[in-house]
Amino acid sequence: MSAVADKYQELKDLGCEVFSVSVDSHFVHKMWNDHELTKMVDGGIPFHMLSDQAGNIGRAYGVYDENQGIELRGRFIIDPDGVIQAMEVLTPPVGRRIAETIRQVQAFQVVRASGGAEATPAGWMPGDPVLKPGPGLVGNVWKEWKPNE
Amino acid sequence: MADQPEGCARVTGAVLGEAPMADESSPTPQPIKEEIMTAQVGQKAPDFNAPAYYKGSFTNVQLSDHFGKWLLLCFYPGDFTFV
Repeated sequence: MSAVADKYQELKDLGCEVFSVSVDSHFVHKMWNDHELTKMVDGGIPFHMLSDQAGNIGRAYGVYDENQGIELRGRFIIDPDGVIQAMEVLTPPVGRRIAETIRQVQAFQVVRASGGAEATPAGWMPGDPVLKPGPGLVGNVWKEWKPNE
Repeated sequence: MADQPEGCARVTGAVLGEAPMADESSPTPQPIKEEIMTAQVGQKAPDFNAPAYYKGSFTNVQLSDHFGKWLLLCFYPGDFTFV
């Protein structure tokens, strides 16, 4: 979670609030923050660390592992209407790449700001051209966008 | 709820369902039906309430209180794990 904390300001600048969830108690969250994470991130974890000891939230999000009693690395981007726009679930040994999460938030924000008139092609980065789906684009994406550029 | 005393009960997150419709023909209160919600892209995020640690204090978070902003919800296997 220190990787997310490290990029928290970037997310906050995008108007994105962060919540972490695990099956640990909020008391243990405090100990982890105080004894380890503060050594990795100045000031410690800047967002709410939620406790889901019974796995209720994890079950609702499909990330609770009943056999191990843990939550998988599930990451959900929720838009201002409360709708899930993206999810990613990893098994425990592989960590997330938060830069990709930030890119996706930026992409969803562009789409939302356009009222759905724009779409971001594969590999899109902020500042790159967007696509405007419509009759004129059918069969003509190759004119607008190439996979190797 | 930061000022709520911390007991020893095992607190946990709880999923919040829709409030049951008032049924006046039934004199006994109906138990709240637990709906199993599964998160899907394009669908409303399941709402929940959970105790939390936040910058030195204990508090309570309800997801829907934060609708209106972009939200990033990150689950992870456990505190003091290595990745």
